[in-house]
Amino acid sequence: MENIDWGLVDWSRAQFALTAMYHWIFVPLTLGLSFIIAMMETIYVKTGNLEWKKVTKFWMTIFGINFAIGVATGIILEFEFGTNWSNYSWFVGDIFGAPLAIEGIMAFFMESTFIAIMFFGWNKVSKNIHLLSTWLVAIGSNLSALWILVANGWMQNPSGMTFNPETVRNEMNNFWDVLFNPAAINKFIHTISSAYVLASIFVIGVSAWYILKNRELFLAKRSIILASVFGFFAIIFTIGTGDGSAKVIARYQPMKLAAMEGLYEGQTNAPLVAFGFFGSKDENQPNMEKFAFSVKIPSALSFLAFFNSDAFVPGIKDLVHGNKEQNILSYEERIEKGKIAIDALLAYKNAKKTNEIELAESSLKLFNDNFEHFGYGYYFGKDPHLLVPNVKISFYSFHIMVILGVFFLLLFILTFYFGFKNKLENKKWLLWLSLWTIPLAYIASEAGWVVAEVGRQPWVIQDLMPNIAAVSQLDQSSVQITFFLFLAIFTALLIAEIKILLTQIRKGSHNEEIVESINEGGNK
Amino acid sequence: MLKKIYLFYYEGFTNMSKSGKKLWLIIILKLIIMFAILKLFFFENFLNSQFNTDEEKIEYVSKQLTKIKE
Repeated sequence: MENIDWGLVDWSRAQFALTAMYHWIFVPLTLGLSFIIAMMETIYVKTGNLEWKKVTKFWMTIFGINFAIGVATGIILEFEFGTNWSNYSWFVGDIFGAPLAIEGIMAFFMESTFIAIMFFGWNKVSKNIHLLSTWLVAIGSNLSALWILVANGWMQNPSGMTFNPETVRNEMNNFWDVLFNPAAINKFIHTISSAYVLASIFVIGVSAWYILKNRELFLAKRSIILASVFGFFAIIFTIGTGDGSAKVIARYQPMKLAAMEGLYEGQTNAPLVAFGFFGSKDENQPNMEKFAFSVKIPSALSFLAFFNSDAFVPGIKDLVHGNKEQNILSYEERIEKGKIAIDALLAYKNAKKTNEIELAESSLKLFNDNFEHFGYGYYFGKDPHLLVPNVKISFYSFHIMVILGVFFLLLFILTFYFGFKNKLENKKWLLWLSLWTIPLAYIASEAGWVVAEVGRQPWVIQDLMPNIAAVSQLDQSSVQITFFLFLAIFTALLIAEIKILLTQIRKGSHNEEIVESINEGGNK
Repeated sequence: MLKKIYLFYYEGFTNMSKSGKKLWLIIILKLIIMFAILKLFFFENFLNSQFNTDEEKIEYVSKQLTKIKE
């Protein structure tokens, strides 16, 4: 029997995680800032106030820098699918084809047309056409994210497809089931609203710096008020859809929820850990992380997960070892059933080759009856605890995200209140806090993806394909080379972005380029 | 119409600010690195590089997916 190359699996995962996390540094600012700019330009067009044009053009320049550095970094993820995750790419079949093709076409047309008008068209098209283009860039880039998140949602909760054993591929049988997959819808709204939060914090933080330096006061004060309102509504949506996501996770990915909460023993009236940290491991229970300290809210997890404070929330042990009372199949049983599915697929393929029709039919039936457990079969003869994600990473990233989310809500309220009262200059502590919240927004945003992706390990496609079956049989060293190559390229890009951004921010809205274009007059 | 579109882009690029040109340089460099180096030398499609036909790919993936490793 062949051995699993765990090193290859881990390096391939690390490489994908690195690429995705770098890509995500650029994306949320693009998604959120595009709407903030559109709102600023709308105010300019409505009022005719050239100061607002200057404000719009300044943030548009910042948007342009971030967009230029970040553009196409996501394509590398698609390269990796074909190279490092070839079994997965084949198995996914045509499910990703439609969403990714729509995304590609949309991105191309949006980027080549409306962004061009947004940047080149100030004095060439009418004010209204320019404004429309700015809004279309915002809507287009957000819709572009929809298709990517639909693809990701499908991996978290595969639906709208049938598996074709002839081609060993999944085939889409209902596009709407894929598009309106509850995992995808929640994920999309949660992700884009969190991007608006990040962009709002970025705008508030940069504006706070200007006020601290007593520069660009019109730009800074107006930007803070607008971004605070936008950020406030965005964080409300983020919290609401986060709650929706937790309900979807409770239903389709109960292990992820248990890991996020460090819940080992399932219970009714399950408490929510508001805050906590893990201590050292108990030698008698090597598969369990224990809290050294935690603050729990009674029954809150049951209520948040199932809208019922008496509901039973399964813990890690219930899922691994089963719980007959709650009708939960153990991982041991699912592994057995998964093994049956894998063997049945092999028997079916062999029977087809030898033209044994009856055997093929019975094997296919057996396969279909056990298909929902298919991925578990790869863990036959192994410790079922390998199917438990990293609890510490899942728990900490989830709680960091939630705690920071609550902090952002308070920050938006404070910046709006003092901005509206025109008292920001006197609140140095709030201005410094706003500035230093920028990195926290990025941490919260990345933490969200860590929860989503680490929490579902080892599944590449939930219940159907674990990472050990998805990975290409490459030489581990080649994956290591590309990992470090990416690290170097992306770090260089990030340094370039930060440097160009800081230069542009230091120049402010009074830099020659912006002033020149304002002096040229408004739009035709 | 086509001439207008051409002129729109042409004037846009030629009148671009210094920082805009710098950004375009970064974009072009990045795309060259991604498509002419990374894709070509490091990210060959695994199945396409090993097999010529879909039948061969199906055979290979079927073997991979019906194999339980230790």
